[in-house]
Amino acid sequence: MAATTHIVGLGEAEGVSVPSKLHDWLVTVDHKRLGILYIGTALFFFGVAGILAALMRWQLAYPNSTFLTPEVFNRLFTMHGTTMVFLVGMPFFAGLANYLTPLMIGSRDMAFPRLNAFGYWIFLMGGILLYFSYIAGEGLAGHGTAPDVGWFAYAPLTERAFSRGTSTDYWILSIMLTGIGTTASALNVVVTVISMRCKGMTLARMPLFVWLMLVVSSMVLFILPPLTAAQIMLLLDRYLGAHFFDTQAGGSAILWQHFFWLFGHPEVYVLMLPGFACANEIIPVFSRKPMFGRAAMIGATIAIGMVSSGVWAHHMFTVGMSASSNIYFAVASMVVGIPTGIKIFNWLGTMYGGKIRFDTPMLFCIAFLFQFLIAGLTGVMLAVAPFDWQVTDSYFVVAHFHYVLLGGLLFTLFGAVYYWFPKATGKMLNETLGKWHFWLLVIGFHLTFDTLHFAGILGMPRRIYTYAPGRGWETLNLISSIGVIFQAAGVACLVWNILRTLRKGEPAGNDPWDGWTLEWATTSPPPEYNFAALPEVRSSRPLWDLKHPEDPDWRYE
Amino acid sequence: MDSPARLACILFTTAAFAPGQSVYPIANMFKPEATPADSIYNISMLMLAICAAIFLVVGGLLLFTIVRFRSRKTDNSREPVQVYGSNRIEIAWTVIPVLIVIVLSMATARAVVEVQNKKMPPDALKVTVVGHQWWWEIRYPELGIVTANELHVPQSTLAKPAHTLLKLQSADVAHSFWVGQLSGKVDLIPGITNSMWLDPRRTGIYLGNCAEYCGTQHANMLIRVIVDSPADFENWVAAQKLNASSDPQLEAARSAFLSLNCINCHTVSGTAARGTFGPDLSHLMSRTTLASGMIPNTAENLRAWVKDPQAIKHGNLMPNMQLNPRELDEVVTYLASLK
Repeated sequence: MAATTHIVGLGEAEGVSVPSKLHDWLVTVDHKRLGILYIGTALFFFGVAGILAALMRWQLAYPNSTFLTPEVFNRLFTMHGTTMVFLVGMPFFAGLANYLTPLMIGSRDMAFPRLNAFGYWIFLMGGILLYFSYIAGEGLAGHGTAPDVGWFAYAPLTERAFSRGTSTDYWILSIMLTGIGTTASALNVVVTVISMRCKGMTLARMPLFVWLMLVVSSMVLFILPPLTAAQIMLLLDRYLGAHFFDTQAGGSAILWQHFFWLFGHPEVYVLMLPGFACANEIIPVFSRKPMFGRAAMIGATIAIGMVSSGVWAHHMFTVGMSASSNIYFAVASMVVGIPTGIKIFNWLGTMYGGKIRFDTPMLFCIAFLFQFLIAGLTGVMLAVAPFDWQVTDSYFVVAHFHYVLLGGLLFTLFGAVYYWFPKATGKMLNETLGKWHFWLLVIGFHLTFDTLHFAGILGMPRRIYTYAPGRGWETLNLISSIGVIFQAAGVACLVWNILRTLRKGEPAGNDPWDGWTLEWATTSPPPEYNFAALPEVRSSRPLWDLKHPEDPDWRYE
Repeated sequence: MDSPARLACILFTTAAFAPGQSVYPIANMFKPEATPADSIYNISMLMLAICAAIFLVVGGLLLFTIVRFRSRKTDNSREPVQVYGSNRIEIAWTVIPVLIVIVLSMATARAVVEVQNKKMPPDALKVTVVGHQWWWEIRYPELGIVTANELHVPQSTLAKPAHTLLKLQSADVAHSFWVGQLSGKVDLIPGITNSMWLDPRRTGIYLGNCAEYCGTQHANMLIRVIVDSPADFENWVAAQKLNASSDPQLEAARSAFLSLNCINCHTVSGTAARGTFGPDLSHLMSRTTLASGMIPNTAENLRAWVKDPQAIKHGNLMPNMQLNPRELDEVVTYLASLK
């Protein structure tokens, strides 16, 4: 009997008691359940970070507002940024990679299922620890609660002289914990992709999604150590009298910035590439054409991974580097635009000549293309060092990276939720609610972030808790804050859609979108063992080959 | 906040003070008023033109593709032609961006060198700006002047070009000096001396902010650059060089001030007050604002500030000194005499 309960898939366990179900989720080492846990946690923290953002927009809606005190506001933007990067972006990557990689490469699980479970739980502990600071950060001395040093925590503001109490320590330790989890996931993905592909799946035939996850995971392994090292140095400064960043004892304030951005810039691509990965799957299926220039897409991804590791100091054009350093980092940053441009062109080439279906996943991807185009162009602008001198650390930058991470990343992730939800639960999300979600979010997003570019150009610095009237920022900020209402309504549609569908959604069937990759070859939801018999593939679109025996892809390889 | 200070704050608009001098409250980088800002403006316009062209072409193609190749109800159920790619097209859309990057790189390099490696004439006015949590210390070492939060610089005219060279330092954490109409921002970082230069061509008051998050009151670390005509600047320098006024009729008020803890943090030239932790008060009344540009320097605001600075700028490093009404009267009377 034990063996039979063991192979019952998710959602099939009807009639099992609630405690027993909970127990199953707690002890699971199944990559699909861990993937769902990661994504569910990411969505939860997304809600939390969204509420923090809404409070900030309320405060900034009008000048000289006294809705929040400066201390509270400073904690809000620190927690919002830290949460979105480490507790939303990273687990979304880990969750998607976990759920889909084995299914797409025709494997029964990840290479290290227990490490996988360990990674999730240690990540969750990190997240809880970060928010526990709101309760316990006060410490015995009463120096504030949650961290308030900004998500990139520039030294020496984080030194004991300027950040008393324990809030900064919560920031350091909780991120280190999530970093352990992310490293475990990344290692797992690399090993799984290298060693567990099904018969016939050469690297050249591997789905682009998996390729991108491989690149992202490799990047994670290289970029997290500088952050961890810097955080350990900071802990040594704070508790053992080291002077790495203690400028009054000869330490360097710039050192932290180099270490942080050596992590922080590639991190942007670590966050963004999973979004590209989803678009790589969704756009071809809904255009009814294979990805245009597959090899170029893979090459561009690897190029982004490598070049993005050599451009970090474009976050530091104003720290007083020499002209030659500034020029090097400016040019290197512009070079990243080339492979990124190639990606956009290839998506365009994929859609060109297709029969584009406008289901919710594709709508999100189309909006992503336009928004990411703008985000990429403002990124090129920021690489122009003299322009960056003006707008860095202003609301222009805030608008730019929200265009990347919300307009780019989050839109593709929402597309991914609509695309793979039927696979994970066996039920179709409601299309009407999906379209409400999409349009409300598009309207809200543009109201909130288009305006902020102009606020930055008009001199509004980021991270200010209030501003005086008469400086040209009032109207822009008010419109921006109104946009939040639309965004919140959009996300509420998603939450309602998910809850409603889980109760009484239409059955999805195995392959609702007429897809081409292996995850659509198994049941929805897939059984714990994924495939009754491990598949064998002869091209990068095994299901196309099955559906079109008269015109299979392998004929053109 | 207490009522008078709160009212002052709410009614505070940047144009409400500084009679006679034009104020530029909107730090719009696209309205440059000095050479470094001009260089940035020029490269920015080139960059915007290139980016707008790319946006129109790529965005237009996207839009065309979406409309032209949408699935229609009348379509047959056949799949479209399966195209896997084209090396020739890939090369084309790689080479074009490469060319654009080369053009933009060269223009960027030129603008960086123009601003950063500019040789200053030997007669450039040298000013040291020191960032503090949450105010600016401004020193003119060659003139022996120390002031705060309002940087006076001479106007640069064609007939008489005047350059100001700023040495930027920090006393605590990282700050950033940003007055968008005059130049891009440069950070003030402890342990390092950075520099920037200005040659503003139009007189007036230019507003700017600290642009690197530096703690609780980062938002209210405002900077004003006051560009004076050459004659006005001479007058200002002459007045600032004098010792603080010591009106014999205010002897009681002065000795009250000097007997209080104010002098541990503040300097008043020619007196025993030699503190350097807070702004120099020698010519306090020559400044238009208090609290690093947060409130106008009026009699009521000055009194409210001395009474309880925390009520106006919560978290700032000047404590409420718990002065009794008589001490408060005397301190404010004395400060108001520091023209």
